[in-house]
Parts: sequence; structure tokens; C-alpha cells
Amino acid sequence: MKYYRSHILVSVDPECVDKGAYEVIDALQDELVAQGLIDEVQVLETSKISDCSKGPELLVYPEGVRYAGIIVDDIPYLVQEHFLKGRIVEKFISQPKQIVDEELNAPTPKEIRTVLRNCGLIDPGNIEDYIAEDGYMALAKVLSEYTPDQVIDIVLKSGLKGRGGAGFPTGKKWQFTRMVNNTPRYIICNADEGDPGAFMNRRVLESDPHSVIEGMVIAAYAIGASQGYIYCRAEYPIAVQSLKTAISQARSLGLIGNNILGTDFSFDLEVRIGAGAFVCGEETALMASIEGRRGEPRPRPPFPAVSGLWGKPTNINNVETYANVPQIILKGAEWYASMGTEQSKGTKTFALAGDIVNTGLIEVPLGITLREIVYDVGGGIKNGKKFKAIQTGGPMGGCLPESYLDLPVDYASLTAAGSIMGSGGMIVMDEETCMVDIARFFMDFIQEESCGKCTPCRVGTRRMLDILENICHGKGRPEDLDTLEMLCSQIRETSLCGLGQGAPNPVASTLKHFRHEYEAHIYEKKCPAKVCRALIRYEINPAFCTGCTVCARNCPVEAISGERRNTHVIDPDKCIKCGICKQVCNFNAVEIL
Amino acid sequence: MTDTKVTNILPIVQATIERHGPSKEELVPILSDINRSLGYLPKEALEEVSRLLKIPKSHVLSVASFYYMFSTKPTGKHIIKVCESAPCHVSNAFAVIRAIEEELGLPPNSTSQDEKWTFITTSCLGVCGVGPVMIIDDDIYGNVEPSQVPSILSKYQ
Repeated sequence: MKYYRSHILVSVDPECVDKGAYEVIDALQDELVAQGLIDEVQVLETSKISDCSKGPELLVYPEGVRYAGIIVDDIPYLVQEHFLKGRIVEKFISQPKQIVDEELNAPTPKEIRTVLRNCGLIDPGNIEDYIAEDGYMALAKVLSEYTPDQVIDIVLKSGLKGRGGAGFPTGKKWQFTRMVNNTPRYIICNADEGDPGAFMNRRVLESDPHSVIEGMVIAAYAIGASQGYIYCRAEYPIAVQSLKTAISQARSLGLIGNNILGTDFSFDLEVRIGAGAFVCGEETALMASIEGRRGEPRPRPPFPAVSGLWGKPTNINNVETYANVPQIILKGAEWYASMGTEQSKGTKTFALAGDIVNTGLIEVPLGITLREIVYDVGGGIKNGKKFKAIQTGGPMGGCLPESYLDLPVDYASLTAAGSIMGSGGMIVMDEETCMVDIARFFMDFIQEESCGKCTPCRVGTRRMLDILENICHGKGRPEDLDTLEMLCSQIRETSLCGLGQGAPNPVASTLKHFRHEYEAHIYEKKCPAKVCRALIRYEINPAFCTGCTVCARNCPVEAISGERRNTHVIDPDKCIKCGICKQVCNFNAVEIL
Repeated sequence: MTDTKVTNILPIVQATIERHGPSKEELVPILSDINRSLGYLPKEALEEVSRLLKIPKSHVLSVASFYYMFSTKPTGKHIIKVCESAPCHVSNAFAVIRAIEEELGLPPNSTSQDEKWTFITTSCLGVCGVGPVMIIDDDIYGNVEPSQVPSILSKYQ
């Protein structure tokens, strides 16, 4: 296989072709031959790079420089300057059009983007874009240079841990599955990302599906599996389509299917779509769903590695775990292990949501502190408000207050602090959040998604939710706090699966760190953050009201009365405390008491 | 979405099963396609699935009633989903939910009398960076302000 030291991508988008892209390509080839560079520099056609309004555009790697408006006459100078003398030609450089990506900002200095490296930069509908970024080189290397045991060894040495939340060493899991003497073996990718606030997997599946596919093929080779499934939630239709397109393109190039890359290793891959059940992110429930049954978890052991899909050895890993594999193979286990901490190697993607300036996806080395994530990467709290808490790990994670901001983000530290890494959602809350309401909120979600199979979860979470709702409605009693704590420990210890076992975490952590808020709700019937509707009322302050009638006109239930230019009044019996009047008032006259 | 006379149901079920293959492992994708075509899973459809896949009706119903995206009751022509999970909640999804309720006179998790709208609140849809989020049929709206609700809804006939 030929290795070029440089690549020139020329856009053959119809608009560029109209302006002479093919003539530019021919001229490039001629000049490269003339300069004796044809074996070192490769010219490739590509789809639109940015825009062709100035004329043909080129993207040169490894520098990543974009030249625009290139005509045939420019070529000799360009080739001589850039490829012979190694000097970028400033006058041809053009900054690409700024594309606003609401979910993925430009990387901040503390980030290291490996899993997210291609997102937004390549066309996921075109496998050649992925290949141009060293895509499937790892697979080629694995199939030509390594035995399955050697691949497992590399993954073990890298220290990669499962990115779905449990953080189990990936190499070990692969080893266990391989060791079971029962075939066929299966590989599953858990793409049922259901944690509220987590959308990292979704983005990778939509924007860089091949990184996941390549990781799965390598895993299948290492484990000795012949069939794989990507179980993707139905709420991600674009990701599903992106995956199906990618699989079909990979198959047509012989990267999936029989005799991959001409070896005797065969493996095929299929997408299976969920049907809206959060619990199907739990591995045994996921497998039940693939088998056509209710997505109810079952006890483990036996673990999927021993007896999984249809009773056969099955390796299940998260999207992000697989997406890391090609880079680990290409750059080496030591490279991966050089990032992160002793027990938590590598990088992790997180989705920042809530009251933070930069919401969206980030990727940082493990061991970074919460403070650095919130302030350096996240840009701090929106609207200049004060930080109150951060919830990590999804609905089974804990809420951590300001005193924990210097906690390093790694598996052990988060667990010790009463939260979890989870899949990587981080919800930032400001001073206007009621922590009791948040605990109630998460319990509501868990109650809804509980599969109902085991009593501690089904009934226990219902009881906790009832108590929390009473507290938020001003009907809490002092003994409720003891009851909640007792239920927390019972549910944690006796639930069948991770959903039930983690269900108490939001309540337990808020009880620990924000007990005073619970007590205010119970003893004083007050909500300090002014959120719980039963415990607040909206009033118009006559000192600021100008009688402009904006609030009355916007009130959805016509609870505000008043003549023009006279102080307006809110009828507390009609008011539903939606907050619209406060939002629209230009004089800050609406207060919450 | 609710022209579900028995004469329409059976051919759709049969065609779906033929597409996927009559295997019980395909039950979830099969029910998913039927739900999509008919708007929900009528009793007659479930019985036909049971017959063609040769699995007990109780099993089919247990699966049909488990997954949130399947409905065993008729749904409206347009389905509005608003996420009420935590990130959208802290971005004031409640106000959007109230605005829809006011505009349509329809509480969450119900279908309008004229069968034009079904309004449901859902768990996280995975687009938390642009909360609050509303999905109508296959259209996703992000950063929704309550004041935008009437004009968004008026686009749907």
C-alpha cells in the first residue's frame, strides 16, 4: 500500500466544477509529475469543502489549509511553494464559512477531542471522508499484524474502561467473552442513550458512524464474533439513518461481511431500533428487546459474556467505548494511557446542559476537575447567576454542591462523592433551582421508566415519589425525611438492576447536601428557591408597576387585572405560576414570594 | 391517522410481517412499523400478528403495552411531544407545556376531540443543547419560547 506524505482534496461539487475544478485537478497532476512529486502527493476529489463562490477550493493535508479561488495558472506556483519549498501560500488561503454548530463549539484549550475528532468536519454519508482521516487503517493493521489475543492485550494495556457508565475494564470484558467455549458469539453496541441530558452518543452516531463500526469490527475479531447489532433508540432517527448508510457503504467496500479485507475473518452488522423504553439501556433488558420480548432486566450472573443473546457469549459495549478503539490501535495503548489518571485512563465526552453558558458537547481527559469543566470549558453560569449544584451521570447520579467543585472527574472519585460517571450527562443548576423539586423530578422520570419487574423499584420509587410530591406541595411531615432515607438504602440494596439500584442517588445526595431545603419545605412550608408552585405566589409590586398591561395580555389564564396606567393585580386563585408575566414585564415589577 | 377499518388493518399487518420475516425475534420492529403505518396498534392488528408469528396473544400484548412508542389507543393526526426531562425542565419546558395546553385546550397526554392532535410529554429526546424541545410528527423545534407556540402549531392542518 502506498503512503503519501501529503493529500490535496479538490472539491468537485457542481458549483466548483462549473468554475473549473477538473481543469485544476489535471493541472495539479501535470505539475506534480513535472516536479517529481507524483508518488508523494496525492490528489483526491471530494464533496463540497466550504463554498465555491470564489472558484475551485482545495484542502491540503496534513496542514489542513484551505485554498479558494484557485485557477489553472496558479498551480505551478502553488505546487512549488507548498510542496517543494514547504511554504503555505498566504494569498490563496481562505477561512471556511463559519458554520454554527449549536451542539459542538470549537474546542476549548482544556479539551482533547479524540472520540469527537471528526464530528462536524467530515461528511458522515461518505465513507471516503472517514477513510481520508485514517479511517479503517486500524482495522487493516489489526487484520494484517495482530492476533485476536494481541488486540485484547493492547486494549487491556490502554486502560480503556466502559464508557456507558459502569466503567468496567474493556479489555477484560473482551477477554471473558473470548474465553467462553460456545459459539456463535455476538457483539452488541449499546446505542440506547436515554439519560436526560446525554447526547454524546447521538452526535457520534450521526456525525462519525464509521468510528463505531470500525471499533466493532475490531472487537468482533478480537472476541471471535460473527454477528453484531447496534441497538439504537428510536428517538434518534437521524443516527439510525446515518448508521444504515455507513454500514451499507462499508459492506460494499468489503469492510464488513464475508472475508473482510481479503482475510478469512467474516462479520456482519445490523441496526436494531428501540421503541422508547429507557430501561432498555440496561444490557440484559436490551438483549431481551432484541429477542422480541419485554425489555425487563434479569439477574446477573450469568453475565452476557458467558450467556447473553440467545444464551450465547455476548460482548456489549457503549458507543463511545467502541469509538475509542481505532485510535488506540493506531496511536498505541501507551498514548491512550498517557491521558487521564492512574485508574481512569483516556478522555471522556460529556454533554453540558442546564444553566451554563456553553451548553453542548465537550471531551476532556479524565481527572479534570468539575470547576474546570464548569468555568473553563463551560464558560460559567448563564446570566451571571450563581452556581448551586451539578448533577453528573444521568438520573441515577447525584447532585454535587459548590464544595465539590474541585473534585477530579474520574470513576472512583465520583462514586465516593455519592454520584456516578454514568454516560456523561452533566446538568448545571443555578441559584434559582429547588433541589427538592429536582429530586422529585428525577424520581418521576425513574418511576415512569421502571420496568415494574421487581418490587423494591416498582413500589419503592412510587412511595418515594409520593413523599417528594407531598413535600413540594407543602404537605411534607418531619418523619418523611427518615422514611426517605430508609427507602433509599432498601431500594439500593434490593433492586434487581442498575436502574433501581441507582434510583435513590438524586434523593440521597440532595438530602445530604441540601437538607436545609427539605426542612424549609416541611417545617416552614417555604421553597427557598421559589420554584415549588404550591409554596410560592406571584405578586405585582406597586412601586414598579406602570400599568403597561403587557403582563395581563400575556397571561394564559387571564389572572391579571388592571386599568391602563394603574397598578395591576394578580388573582392568586387563578394564577398557575407559569412565570410568563415575570418574563415579559419590562419593569421587574413581578415578584415571587 | 385513524382510518383503521379492519379491511385496512390486515393487509398492512401482513405486508409488514412479510417484509421483516415471520420470526418472533422481529416482534418489536414489526409492531413499530405497524404503529407507524396505522398511528397505533389496534386489537385486530395484535391478533393478526399473534396468528402469523404463531406466538400467544398475551405475549404480543405484553410487548405492545411495554414500549412507550407503541400506543394501543388511537392517536391524532399530528402528535406533539414535549420533553419534560431535567435539562429541558431547567430551561423552562413547563411554560411551553402550559402554552400548548392553553392554545389547544388540551391537557398533556390526551387526544383532542376532533382527533387532530395528540399531545404527550416524553422523556429525554437527546437534543438537550437546544432545550426546551418540542417535536411535532417528524419536525424538531429547539429553543422553543412559549410565545412561539401558536405560530408553530398553526403550520399544521
